[in-house]
Amino acid sequence: MSTLLESIFSVEFFFAVLRVSTPLIFPALGVAITAMSGNINIGLEGIMLIAAFTGVIVSIYTESLMLALLAGVASGVFFGAALGYFHLKLKADIILAAVALNFLASGLTIFLLIVITGGRNTSALRSLTFPSFNIPVLQSIPVLGPILSGHNIMTYVAFLSVFVYYVVLFKTPLGLRIRAVGQNPDAARSVGINVDRVKLYALMISGVFGALGGLYLSMGYVSWFSRDMVAGRGFIAVAAATMGGNLSFGTLLGSMLFGLVNTATIYISSLDIPSDLVQSIPYLATVIVLAIYSARNFAPRKRRAVSTHHGENEHHEKKP
Amino acid sequence: MQRFLLKNFDAVRTAIAILIGMLICVLLIILVSSSPGDSISIFLFGPFSSQRTIASIFEIATPIIFTGVALSIAFQAEQFYIGAEGAFYITAAVGTAFAVSTSMPWFFHIPLILLVSGTFGGLWGLIPGYLKARFNTSEVVTALMLNFVALYAGLYLINNFFRDRAAGFMVSFRLPESAELPRFIDRTRIHWGVVLAIVVAVWAYYFLYHTRTGYEIRTVGHNPKFARFGGINVFKVIIIVHILTGAIAGMGGMVEIMGIHRRFNWQDLPGQGWDGVIVAIIGRMHPLYVVAAAIFLGYLRVGGQQLRLMSDVPFELVLVIQSAIILLITARAFLSQWEARMVIRQATEEAES
Repeated sequence: MSTLLESIFSVEFFFAVLRVSTPLIFPALGVAITAMSGNINIGLEGIMLIAAFTGVIVSIYTESLMLALLAGVASGVFFGAALGYFHLKLKADIILAAVALNFLASGLTIFLLIVITGGRNTSALRSLTFPSFNIPVLQSIPVLGPILSGHNIMTYVAFLSVFVYYVVLFKTPLGLRIRAVGQNPDAARSVGINVDRVKLYALMISGVFGALGGLYLSMGYVSWFSRDMVAGRGFIAVAAATMGGNLSFGTLLGSMLFGLVNTATIYISSLDIPSDLVQSIPYLATVIVLAIYSARNFAPRKRRAVSTHHGENEHHEKKP
Repeated sequence: MQRFLLKNFDAVRTAIAILIGMLICVLLIILVSSSPGDSISIFLFGPFSSQRTIASIFEIATPIIFTGVALSIAFQAEQFYIGAEGAFYITAAVGTAFAVSTSMPWFFHIPLILLVSGTFGGLWGLIPGYLKARFNTSEVVTALMLNFVALYAGLYLINNFFRDRAAGFMVSFRLPESAELPRFIDRTRIHWGVVLAIVVAVWAYYFLYHTRTGYEIRTVGHNPKFARFGGINVFKVIIIVHILTGAIAGMGGMVEIMGIHRRFNWQDLPGQGWDGVIVAIIGRMHPLYVVAAAIFLGYLRVGGQQLRLMSDVPFELVLVIQSAIILLITARAFLSQWEARMVIRQATEEAES
């Protein structure tokens, strides 16, 4: 047990937690913003994959990090908008459309990868990567410095995105509309809000977040693209956002909980602890949290329960 | 002609979607292949080239019929239970554990294993089902989470208690012979599971379209409010739907182990649960059409394998086509203007005559 504690409470461990959490925070924010507009978005898996692929290819052909970033984000937004087009305009169920788009992303990226490289040796494609970044004053502080400083720049962008998410959702007219549409689309429509357009915007913003997560994966976390490299992170994001009640700080904590557990399983795999079971805990916890949320909303005194629920949300939101 | 088209418009739409998907596929092959003609014929006719490839179609289709039929029941009640993947996986793990630790003559063993795995799968489906029925918890999210729980719990069970350390990699012990579904065509792996799958599909068809509960399930799917005011117990319907979906999908997982692998060898979710979503959509959530859709998907997959073996076109072409097809089929507004025009034309014609 002491070796476990030693290895877990080390600087490297917490550094790794931040690193592993980064590609979860981005898509979780994407899930959260669509959830706020009243849709469940399980398409982040595909959005991340497309962006990860686009980033790598563009960075290799243009040798420009900036263009890779822009192209990657554009591909994510396009993908989010495509999901919106099929759901809102062509009246497809959003869950099924997202499943289809995830398949499309998986197939299309590998198909193009093989076509572009003309062969099977796809790992030969070395992508440019986003730089790491030392925070000037912070890095010299003991313990805290080595944990927080020296990360890939996208990790800091991820934390910044949490703040951006909060501002967009709670301090801008668009955010107000998104929340209004999510809580009661009919009421929103009655005051002249174009419900479909607001939902489309939410999906496109989720495309931005998802794309950043995907770009980090292929151009920071590693420096190449590989088959289905997102590996379920888009689905974990649904869990993380749900756990955090789709609020900014909650979603961050939810993502980091999954990051923590995933890192811990790597560290304890050498010890005599069933790491498979440990890994299942956050998912079980999500089911339980979700059940409690909905049980509260479903209580007989429904109206009161709902209003206090949202009152608490506001309270939480002011903290960060 | 017009009347025929209108009457079968859903089928026409599906056919057009499949046609467009195949056109996209031909187009992609022309774009990337150095000998497009050969590649196209390999893709389209390769699956029928030998007994082996034809058998492959049915081997691939068998587990997907189970998950597809299971999901059709859920989708008909508008329950977007996407947990077939998890049910499929964990039931196979639990079923393997049961099969490995018991021994009896095959005519007891096989039915008992199917019973145990069906029951377990049903219980697994009951979790999101109860939460949905009782608290209106989104079954999409809970089922998605339970997929991961299934993966890790299944790995834990197999790797810690039933792992065959004599084998070079992470697999369970071999099933006893009494638990194997026999293969009945020489030099293929087609096993009795395919018959079982079709029996389940026919039963599901009968259940959905010719029983009272089936009617209630479809009514809840069409309009839950109407169903509730019409005196249907929506709580009960949702519970039944989830139990059945979990049970059938789970049984499919165990059948796949008993017929094809003969030991549990999945270190990751195998994907047949998601394939079930595809065939449920292509089969328009009708159990009998789902059988055809699963065979079609098997045909596409074998065509893709042939491409990989014999041409310069990647297998993943198939994933692109199948997603294009299901996108078009799920898009309810796809071709709806055409349909509306035909309805109007027919109405005016009838009014004039």
